[in-house]
Amino acid sequence: MFNPTVAAITARATLGRRRAVFLALPAVILIALTLVLRASHPGDSSWPANVLGDFGFSVLLPLTALIIGTGVLGAEIDDGSVVHLLATPVRRADVIITKFAVAAGLTALFAALPELIAGLIAPHSAKLAWALFAGALVGSVVYSAVFVLASVVTTRAIAFGLLYVAVWEGLLSNLVGGVRILSIAHYSLGVANAIYPDQNLQAGLGLGTSLVLAIVITIGGLSLATRRLETFSLTGDPA
Amino acid sequence: MSTIELRNVSRWYGNVVAVNDITMDIGPGVTGLLGPNGAGKSTILHMIAGFLEPSKGTLTLDGTPTWKNPGVYRRLGLVPERDSVYAFLTGAEFVTATARLHKLTDPKRSARWAIDLTEMSQAQDRKIATYSKGMRQRIKVAAALVHDPEILLLDEPFNGMDPRQRLHMMDLLTRLGEEGRSVLFSSHILEEVERLSGTIQVMVAGRLAASGDFRAIRRLMTSRPHVFHVKTTDDRRLAAALVGRDYTHAVELTSKGLQVRTSDFGAFCAQIAVITRDENIRLTELLPTDESLESVFGYLIAN
Repeated sequence: MFNPTVAAITARATLGRRRAVFLALPAVILIALTLVLRASHPGDSSWPANVLGDFGFSVLLPLTALIIGTGVLGAEIDDGSVVHLLATPVRRADVIITKFAVAAGLTALFAALPELIAGLIAPHSAKLAWALFAGALVGSVVYSAVFVLASVVTTRAIAFGLLYVAVWEGLLSNLVGGVRILSIAHYSLGVANAIYPDQNLQAGLGLGTSLVLAIVITIGGLSLATRRLETFSLTGDPA
Repeated sequence: MSTIELRNVSRWYGNVVAVNDITMDIGPGVTGLLGPNGAGKSTILHMIAGFLEPSKGTLTLDGTPTWKNPGVYRRLGLVPERDSVYAFLTGAEFVTATARLHKLTDPKRSARWAIDLTEMSQAQDRKIATYSKGMRQRIKVAAALVHDPEILLLDEPFNGMDPRQRLHMMDLLTRLGEEGRSVLFSSHILEEVERLSGTIQVMVAGRLAASGDFRAIRRLMTSRPHVFHVKTTDDRRLAAALVGRDYTHAVELTSKGLQVRTSDFGAFCAQIAVITRDENIRLTELLPTDESLESVFGYLIAN
């Protein structure tokens, strides 16, 4: 299933040429912001859930997942180099699983881990930090599956992702309760809130709903991506 | 020995027909797929390589469809036209990674063999980003050959190559064809196809305009006269002798000799020596001026 050669090429392509620095920038901002707030509000226990929940789950996690998830396969499809990978007997399902695993792993590294570090830095928030870390791990997995699918389906995967994160999750899910059913950020918050209940997290879904939907969307997304990649076509010049 | 069979294959994009009812067999040896840009060459190659589904007809490799069948890549190597490769890898890393994807028993050894074959040994440790276009083409060929496929498909393989690299690539493809592999390459450059391949498939506007040995194709086109450049010790006398023959279409006396147009290639070739002997003329030069592939190609497009 997991192909180490595909994973190695994908990781090098994603992290090469100072891209790792670019990907680490939002995480550095989160940690720096936490350090500033800890110095300026040492006794206030409400801001860690607000900052780590809002900035972490609404900005850092989805945007990091978007950049990585749409890039692991989408970049190769865009520049045509994916042909060298697909002109081998490697099963398309293995390609998708491996790309997804690399995307989820790197998103966890650049978004979930910084959430944990920032949570541990914040005052009186050790338990919250681990809860957020668990929620962010779930988010890393589901976002990666959705964004890998988007990159196989459309050449405008980043635009689709931005619309989803900004409009669907950022705006509509806060106005219309039912929209949260299809909000990955709310699955993450649901898991975090179940481990460490905190009203400031503003979780809109329970643990069971969050996990079931996360699993369904991840498996569904990867299945669809595989089917799509199986029919990947190179277009010739029409006469 | 593998054979690719196309039976009544068509491919269209919306209302635009890219390939129209093509039937052909590609067997061992080197075959050139010739045609102008937009003729449908890449579409054919992509369909054979399993990267495009025929809209109609069947396309098989030894009876097995290539579409949605990644298993065919154990027997087939593809060199795409776009030179986008993993530029952050070195040439050796790229070919070795391809060998690993093919699950070869000794990927490094196979990679060394393919790199040596394409004469890329000296540059194998440099990143592909630093390669010239011709070098990229060759490392792509090395990657396509690393699993020693029976069938090699190349889309415009000579693009960006300097003359020395072209000659080397032509030698390599000829050798691969002589070893029994089926090598199919596309090109819009006539000289390449003419030098490399006696067997051609000529595509024009999505249709197969001609198929087979290009010289034989040319001879079959009897409706268009064959043109010969002739030089003798007495051009005017030979012109007078030729004008009376049935197969002579036209004779033009130029400062450089005679330009003879004949409707019967075989009869002219058989008779010219006899006529010059009978007329006591010494034949110093006899050159078919439109036997080039360009002539065949131009005629097929015009008609």
